[in-house]
Amino acid sequence: MSADAPDDYELRLLLQAIFVRYHYDFRQYAAASLKRRLGQACARFGCRSFSALQDRVLHEPAVMQQMLSYLTVQVSEMFRDPAYFRALRRTVAPHLRTYPSLKVWVAGCSAGEELYSLAILFREEGLDARTTFYGTDINPEALAQAESGIYPLDRFAQFSENYRAAGGKHSLADYYTASYGSGIIDRSLRKRVVFSDHSLSTDHAFGEMHLVSCRNVLIYFDRPLQDRAVGLFREALVRRGFLGLGAKESLRFSEHAAAFEEFDRPARLYQKR
Amino acid sequence: MTLPLHRRYEAVVMGASAGAVEALSALLPALPEGFALPVAAVVHVPAHRESLLPDIFGAACRLRVKEAEDKEPLEPGSLYLAPPGYHLLVEPDRRLSLSTEEPVHYSRPSIDVLFETAADAYGAGLIGIVLTGASADGAQGLRRICEAGGLGIVQQPNTALAPRMPQAAWDACPSALPMTLEGIADFLIHLPEAP
Repeated sequence: MSADAPDDYELRLLLQAIFVRYHYDFRQYAAASLKRRLGQACARFGCRSFSALQDRVLHEPAVMQQMLSYLTVQVSEMFRDPAYFRALRRTVAPHLRTYPSLKVWVAGCSAGEELYSLAILFREEGLDARTTFYGTDINPEALAQAESGIYPLDRFAQFSENYRAAGGKHSLADYYTASYGSGIIDRSLRKRVVFSDHSLSTDHAFGEMHLVSCRNVLIYFDRPLQDRAVGLFREALVRRGFLGLGAKESLRFSEHAAAFEEFDRPARLYQKR
Repeated sequence: MTLPLHRRYEAVVMGASAGAVEALSALLPALPEGFALPVAAVVHVPAHRESLLPDIFGAACRLRVKEAEDKEPLEPGSLYLAPPGYHLLVEPDRRLSLSTEEPVHYSRPSIDVLFETAADAYGAGLIGIVLTGASADGAQGLRRICEAGGLGIVQQPNTALAPRMPQAAWDACPSALPMTLEGIADFLIHLPEAP
């Protein structure tokens, strides 16, 4: 480790303080990206150093709430990486059809874009009536937005383009209502959806999942925390259940690699043995 | 000009934008098999499709060329390219990592993000090279490399297909050495062996 500059010590102390005071555990997040984002938080809160930021975080719970949007990366889209959804539709859906009831877990769901994408895909594949979707995240603001199913209308152009590239059977406009600059996801799609607070760092698995989708979340974790998270997915999945990762994530270096087989390599879909 | 050849460098990072393929095609094939340092590069490419760069440079280079994978250790003699749509970063333990944070200078991957995190990880052991491009990406990052004691190199702007990016980097980091592509290749080839 070359992490011996003063700001690296300060960073570790800040993360420790956040853990002790608020029980959010970022101590095993990948440091390079986290440090950049916390540098932006320093600028936002007018703090000269991570120590100064620590002082504010410890004494002002409201600052901690805002800090979560720096500590976690919220960037997402509906039907992001369309090839992933095409693969789910073509190769995973036929397996899922053999189950009388289904559970799907979107781990690190942020504001819910991906979960609603899956809900739409499941509807078009005739699976939605038998499925319960669980979306989990550590950020309460993101969860509240996910629950509302409301996104700025200008984002739907990209969403629609992705939806078509993902093999969508209708028009994305069939699944939301535009109103006052916002798009609201149809209530019917939100019926079988449960959003809840859950940390891949500190919480346990919850189970009998048939599909776990966790994309572009593991890249923010260090290797031991990646192993912990994949361990939770392994525990949560039914035998022969599916795990979907981000386009540049894999189980190659994971201690759980042997518990899964590659189901669709380019789509980063794995099946539990 | 005296080149700081006496130092022991541990890694090379480079960034290129407009004109990148031509510049890197002139530079990278000059590096020998078993080149003593790892090389990580950000080239601005469109986000929504697979990059052809690993294949193009893989065929032309004696280095091992690959798209960077998350938490992969940096190894000597290898060239790691940032995947389209992801920032490429270096962790304090000198593994690579990826991120989907917001674009920087309208770019993801961003040269600044690679350079700043690599400067943290390698300090004075790092060489940063800003090549041709029409963006200002890489300027802040090169300054960080120089501030951390590393070596900054820019492609001599009047020899670059797009001079703006190396010029912006030179302006931000006046201690950077301007070199032609041949000069950069020659410099890298003649670095002293790592201890």
